[in-house]
Amino acid sequence: MAGKIRVLVAKPGLDGHDRGAKVVAAALRDAGMEVIYSGLHQTPEQVVSMALQEDVDVVALSILSGAHMTLVPRIQELLKKEGMDDVLLTGGGIIPPADMTALKAQGVGELFGPGTPTSAIIDYIRVWVENRDSARSGA
Amino acid sequence: MDLDALKRDLELWKDRSVHKARDRDQVFATLSGNTINTLYTPLDIQDLDYQRDLGFPGEYPFTRGIHANMYRGRQWTMRQFSGFGTAEETNQRYHFLLGKGQTGLSVAFDFPTLMGYDSDHPRSLGEVGRCGVAIDSLEDMETLFRGIPLDKVSTSMTINGPACTLLALYVAAAEKQGVDSKSLRGTIQNDMLKEYMAQHAWCFPIEASLRIITDIMEYGLTEVPQWNTISISGYHIREAGSTAAQELAFTLANGFTYVERGIARGLPVDEFASRLSFFWDVHLDFFEEIAKFRAARRIWAREMKERFGATRREPMLLRTHAQTAGVSLTAQQPENNIVRTAIEALAAVLGGTQSLHTNSMDETWALPTDKAVQIALRTQQVIAHEHNVSETVDPLGGSYYVEELTNRLEKEAYAYFDRIKKIGGVVKGLEDGWFQREIQASARRYQDEVEAKQRIIVGVNDLVIENEKLEIPLLTIDPALEQQQVARVQRLRATRDAAKADRALEALKRACDGDQNIMPSLVECARCYVTQGEMIGVMRGVFGEYHEPVFI
Repeated sequence: MAGKIRVLVAKPGLDGHDRGAKVVAAALRDAGMEVIYSGLHQTPEQVVSMALQEDVDVVALSILSGAHMTLVPRIQELLKKEGMDDVLLTGGGIIPPADMTALKAQGVGELFGPGTPTSAIIDYIRVWVENRDSARSGA
Repeated sequence: MDLDALKRDLELWKDRSVHKARDRDQVFATLSGNTINTLYTPLDIQDLDYQRDLGFPGEYPFTRGIHANMYRGRQWTMRQFSGFGTAEETNQRYHFLLGKGQTGLSVAFDFPTLMGYDSDHPRSLGEVGRCGVAIDSLEDMETLFRGIPLDKVSTSMTINGPACTLLALYVAAAEKQGVDSKSLRGTIQNDMLKEYMAQHAWCFPIEASLRIITDIMEYGLTEVPQWNTISISGYHIREAGSTAAQELAFTLANGFTYVERGIARGLPVDEFASRLSFFWDVHLDFFEEIAKFRAARRIWAREMKERFGATRREPMLLRTHAQTAGVSLTAQQPENNIVRTAIEALAAVLGGTQSLHTNSMDETWALPTDKAVQIALRTQQVIAHEHNVSETVDPLGGSYYVEELTNRLEKEAYAYFDRIKKIGGVVKGLEDGWFQREIQASARRYQDEVEAKQRIIVGVNDLVIENEKLEIPLLTIDPALEQQQVARVQRLRATRDAAKADRALEALKRACDGDQNIMPSLVECARCYVTQGEMIGVMRGVFGEYHEPVFI
């Protein structure tokens, strides 16, 4: 792909826990990605409009409020509506395994829990973007 | 003691033993990055003056504890923070906990409540009852404490932005039980400075929040004199990534800021500062945490006496709640969290806490189950009854290491106080993002240490179980509860005396516009079944909203 991978690290919902989001954002930036951080307390609409405006490859959500089963599908739906089908929707936080499975079955990307090394997230995003881009150029 | 002779002998001992006793190849440092020596001796605390720096428990400077006989008189209050779903579910959990021997209540609110939105606000979608209990009105508050006489329990409410409205609802709920507000005991967290710093649940800009907090301190003096009006909290600062010294310094600096505001309002420091309490994190580093509690008591007592001119004993006492460190828990092999929590709880007790919450093993996955909470509570009860750790006061006092750590943390805190002064004080530092950056840098350093395996976390970066499956049950919250709560608050608005509610809200607006204390008008709103979202809505209209400095 041409240029840096662009990632929106977003905090949808009302929880104010930004330690994880910021540590991940800084690690992605240090790994050479272009990182936009949304700030706290964003609505799904705000997240998607930021993703559109910033023309990102990846939307990485951080949710620790338990509202993931509402917020993640809503953001997924809005991304689709805006034609951002080739954007990776991934994320992490406090998410029970059953909910992770359900969200992934709905087409959401990998969801990372506590204890994940930032290198795992960096690798996952790089590989995903490479695969997307090689599929594009192959088509 | 002949310190010169000791110094000479110590050097000889080093010469004799250094070739036999080689250290492992690792950095020996506290969790906060302070070097740890092989051995501590009287040489490390040669400036320590027992009477000046430690004194006797229950007496200035309270380093050894705030009561003369500490836990021999009364054990610490075992206070598990809990709340989920609606007031119905949480009321049942409270009866369960009280039945298991818990001695105080602690309310966890859901995010809409913490942010001052009613359950039917568009921003509340998907969040109602998820991370705590949803409380919209007096009706919910009455349900929450059904069967629990409010003159008999002490209740801690973790609420900040809308603390004024929740206190008003509590006072109104007590009235309905026939309980006078003057006999209410408990705490509202009401510490907005640490919200802007670390926890990030806010309603209004900083100066408006400080005015409201000062109103609450003033109201407390006459109307709820046994209530702790602010719980000055290091917990969230630490959980957001700070070091022990930053937690200590930033929290105390916030405390001093509230005291300055109270004095500026003309409130008597001996009175209002007696109702300030504290809340510390207890993290993994056992001795550093114990030292932190001890240093905190000494600094607070000294500053209250020497800087703020307190003359009574109470305002100098640093009374504190403590909670084991949520961030120290792992999602991997969650049963191991029971052990981490037990050792952290022990540190809190040896540090001399007045009340304690122990986290449950499953909280890296979800809110805890009844079973997990019971184990967490039993952990405290085992410490209280079986190990004889609380039979004598401050048993680690006099340990060369603990005293040296206590002195070191105190010194670090004063260095931070100087820096905070240089950057223009707490409010200016928050506006500039200075505190936020300091905390963030520490969080990043910690993460880097873990990833570089400079710090081993069992089950996470070492001693891992490959393809581990989660084997403990998790609590699920029925999504239907959100609709029920939405219907409840909408029915309430439709059926209450609308004219009375409107009049109460108008009076609130007038109080906010002027310089009247807002608390009486909030209590009147609560009585009229005005919802907390409506109260905060009116206040947002007057005070505006807070916009955080956004940066990575």
